Amino acid sequence: MIPQEFQYRRATSIDEAISLLKESGDEGKFLAGGHSLVPLMKLRLSEPGVLIDISRIPQLSGITEKDGTIQIGAGVTHAEVASSDLVRRLCPVVSECAAEIGDPQVRNRGTLGGSLAHADPAADYPAVMVALNAEVHIKGPGGWRAVKSGDFFQDLFTVDLAEDEIIAAVQFRPARNAAYAKLHQRASHYALVGVAAVLEMEGRTCRSASIGITGATGHAQHLANVESALSGKELTPETIAAAARIAADDLEEVNVDLHASEEYRRDMVRVFTKRAVEQAASR
Amino acid sequence: MAVVTPKMIGERIKRREDPRLIQGLGTYVDDIKLPGMLHLAFKRSDIAHGIIKSIDVSEAQSMPGVELVITGAELKEFLPPMPIGTPFPSPDHYSVAVDRVRYQGEPVAVVVAADRYLARDAADAIVVDYEVLPAVIDPEVAMQGQPALVHEAFENNLAVPYVPGGTGFDAEAGTVDNSAVDKAFAEADFTLSQRMMNQRLAPTAMEARGVVAHYEPGKDTLTIWSSTQNPHILKTFVAALTGIPDNQVRAIAPEVGGGFGCKINIYGEDYVAAALSKQLGKPLKWIEDRSEAFQATIHGRGILAYVDICGKNDGKVTGLKIKLIADIGAYNMILTAAIPTLTMLMLNGTYDIPAIRAELTEVFTNKMPTDAYRGAGRPEGTYFVERAMDMVARHLGMDPAEVKRKNFIKADQFPFATQMGAVYDSGDYEKTLDLALKNANWEGLKAERDRAKSEGRLVGLGVSFYVEVCGLGPSASLPTGGWEYSSVTVERSGKVTATTGSSPHGQGNETTFSQMLADQFGIPMSDVTILHGDTGVVKQGIGTFGSRSQAVGGTVLMKAGDKVKDKMARFAAAMLNPNEETDASEMVFQDGTIYFRDAPGNSVTFADVAAYAYVPVPLPEGLDPGLSEQAFWEPSNNTYPYGCHISMIEIDRDTGEPKLLKLIAVDDCGTVVNPLIVEGQIHGGLAQGIGQAMIEEVVYDDDGQLITGSFMDYAMPRATDFPRFELDKTVTPTPVNPLGAKGVGEAGTLGSTPCIVNAAVDALSEFGVTHIDMMLRPEKLWRIINQGGKS
Ligand SMILES: Cc1cc2nc3c(=O)[nH]c(=O)nc-3n(C[C@H](O)[C@H](O)[C@H](O)COP(=O)(O)OP(=O)(O)OC[C@H]3O[C@@H](n4cnc5c(N)ncnc54)[C@H](O)[C@@H]3O)c2cc1C
Repeated sequence: MIPQEFQYRRATSIDEAISLLKESGDEGKFLAGGHSLVPLMKLRLSEPGVLIDISRIPQLSGITEKDGTIQIGAGVTHAEVASSDLVRRLCPVVSECAAEIGDPQVRNRGTLGGSLAHADPAADYPAVMVALNAEVHIKGPGGWRAVKSGDFFQDLFTVDLAEDEIIAAVQFRPARNAAYAKLHQRASHYALVGVAAVLEMEGRTCRSASIGITGATGHAQHLANVESALSGKELTPETIAAAARIAADDLEEVNVDLHASEEYRRDMVRVFTKRAVEQAASR
Repeated sequence: MAVVTPKMIGERIKRREDPRLIQGLGTYVDDIKLPGMLHLAFKRSDIAHGIIKSIDVSEAQSMPGVELVITGAELKEFLPPMPIGTPFPSPDHYSVAVDRVRYQGEPVAVVVAADRYLARDAADAIVVDYEVLPAVIDPEVAMQGQPALVHEAFENNLAVPYVPGGTGFDAEAGTVDNSAVDKAFAEADFTLSQRMMNQRLAPTAMEARGVVAHYEPGKDTLTIWSSTQNPHILKTFVAALTGIPDNQVRAIAPEVGGGFGCKINIYGEDYVAAALSKQLGKPLKWIEDRSEAFQATIHGRGILAYVDICGKNDGKVTGLKIKLIADIGAYNMILTAAIPTLTMLMLNGTYDIPAIRAELTEVFTNKMPTDAYRGAGRPEGTYFVERAMDMVARHLGMDPAEVKRKNFIKADQFPFATQMGAVYDSGDYEKTLDLALKNANWEGLKAERDRAKSEGRLVGLGVSFYVEVCGLGPSASLPTGGWEYSSVTVERSGKVTATTGSSPHGQGNETTFSQMLADQFGIPMSDVTILHGDTGVVKQGIGTFGSRSQAVGGTVLMKAGDKVKDKMARFAAAMLNPNEETDASEMVFQDGTIYFRDAPGNSVTFADVAAYAYVPVPLPEGLDPGLSEQAFWEPSNNTYPYGCHISMIEIDRDTGEPKLLKLIAVDDCGTVVNPLIVEGQIHGGLAQGIGQAMIEEVVYDDDGQLITGSFMDYAMPRATDFPRFELDKTVTPTPVNPLGAKGVGEAGTLGSTPCIVNAAVDALSEFGVTHIDMMLRPEKLWRIINQGGKS
């Protein structure tokens, strides 16, 4: 890799990271796993003057269970999430999603916080976090705040996060009846389309549904029409199919690239919504 | 001649190369660091086609650490256009573009700086002003001279306007008699026609290219390290272009991290590094990055075919017409124009087709030039023929394997002169087909497919049969000469050192060649060292490509070994029987000893004989001291290995995603020196062929921008993309060389592409589809499933 010249700093705490960023003026950028940032630097599409390495900050590590919720540190790697006993036991959809990201090298380096902050339109975690209604815990010079995932993702590579704010952790209520279904882009293994379904079930009836989608549009979002089509319904092949059929109807500005046209992506939204809901319901 | 007791040949020996490579102990070009070494970076065109109006290097030149910034126009003063290795007419191709750029990534200026980062920063600071011209992308549009001419002197963008071949073509007279072909089509029960595209691929060797050039003014010598498959050819070409005599140039291929054909070429960067090192009197290094590798290292394939096939309703194919259009990109590289002629050469396939008409046109476009990529023309030919044969079977409702059998060249027809002008050396195709069908449990597999289909699953079977031209070749078939060179030295200690002009870069020749010499001399493999890849050490050579190392390089090694052995036998005889006239050809080399066949109890050690040969007191009559011999050898013909591949795939009805469920291959590459290495070569070839069939494709947009410019968009197959390959072999030694080895390096890429597409067509047959172009992009298959057969 032959990037522009940059300085390298390593932060040992969240506060130090924030103040190092402040010191760097406009030049600084946090570096976590580097698996989104470094590829951009390699192509010189991103040219930060100072890299502030946050990957060894103890406060950003760890997966814990607290008051019926799971909290995952922003610095936790995809591989750690994929293999976490706690997550696999209480909320397997999250480890399953992590296990489908990229390849082993990517999973060994890439972090949850980096994935959310970068907000690639085809990244996997955002769909699952949206569906889980996860809270993103953020610290900035002004202190702590929390944002619901559904509000966090705003646009292409754009999130509710200021330059000098750091994602510390993500917190969510574990869900049993949840699943993530993804169509792999065969080169990068990002999601051409990925759908996460989190269902609250009572017997065969779906009390409420939360559906998160990635890959199809500029940013991860809820599929509100599918959510209301499922909520209160007894889940049968017919009701699931009916809900899936409308899954792409409200999507605007669907992504088009070498790998998939709009028409195909829209159909894949339907296909993967159906698969995610079926799988979530059957758990 | 002494008897060789086969011991190592045929054994599954692990590669001697691997421990150093997998422990990071190998030395690649980028590991070469010389005192005072400077670094090169190339400013490359970001457009596909345009006139260079001006280049502003002022900022770059003023940057600290920058030694030199030089444009194509300035380089032209002392660096002539690059030579090619084919006889076709070719436009001037300068290492660095002079006044016009013709593909995205073409170099326009060069920076020499103190380190690689500075060099790249300075290259970024160069400002080029272009007059943008329309990009010529679609070869069929290009052939109409639209939307522009890539080279003014080549009307309608025709690099090679028309090369005919096949039945009724008289090469000497240059005439074509179509009557046999016309008659075949007129009398046929059916004719099937199909347009087929064999798409462009990027070779993507794990180690990209790289070069270190070190000109030493005091000696007027140039040492050039390059990630190359053929250092001797590199030496010859670099000497010619830089004007340094070839006996003053030493080329070294250190460890080479894969080539797949793309490192046969000598590229502009090699010449520039050499020429500027000479000019500056300093060592220079250039290492390609991955983006450059996608843009500016040759691509493979890129051949379009219009295929007509005709036959009788009993399954006998009576005629074939194939019109080939090769999208060769912007320039001729070393073998560019010759590769599609290999496609033509293979259009007979493994069949006795009585009438074949082939035509080839090669077209310039604003893309990276194509050249040899694993298989180099033969996979394309195989694909077209095997797809067409499959269409015949489908049309007639016959078992595709039986259509092949019906049309095969029979075992008693070899050597077989094809309609395309090749002479196939040997073969027994039915035997290989039968073994493949048996290993696959073909009837059971068909029942399994039918069962799956009746459950609504889209499961299909494909079978393909290929023949390949390998072991290149007599000198008549190669512009560089078709021989190979080797030397064998028995050292004073009794250890053996051999040099070979083959230049392995993943083929494992250090292992196979050691196995051979161990057998030849009756000594342990660990006593043998194989040296290669350095023209200062290996006196002559051609190199490694065209699946020729074992067949040609292996044979010449054996010949050099025989010469030494002969002499050593005479020393041994003199030691054992100093006073008698003895027959050295009666000596046996075994277990580190040498003895007369009739008196095994009375032996001398191999090491003692070696020591004696270097201090020969007394000197036996008629012998000179020393044990070192060399040999050149070329085969009388190419070899024609072949094989049968069978696959089963399933296509997801909802998404169109194909999944390879099974791949069964039976390959016949003649004598196998090391089954483990042969299987490894087949695995690699299959991986690349399956990659082409399923996930790989170089895509340029209408402006000539490379869309698949990184691994984020260009899919490289991974282990997880494959089932466990089920391999087997038949062994039909070639009569062309004494080893009987034919070559296997490229085989896997030939059988796999048609095999998989045939299976995909079979899986989707209910939608009335008869052909699908590669790659099997899920959306393409989804459209067939959802839109009634139109792909
Ligand atoms: C070959 C390849 C394949 C991939 N495939 C997939 C895939 O299939 N699915 C998928 O979802 N992703 C994929 N990725 C992306 C991968 O998951 C990245 O690791 C992830 O998106 C970013 O995490 P990171 O820790 O590497 O972040 P970095 O690259 O280190 O940082 C990314 C951005 O986030 C900022 N940032 C990082 N951490 C924080 C934080 N805690 N607070 C605030 N800002 C922060 C950085 O400043 C930077 O701007 C792939 C990447 C590669 C290279």
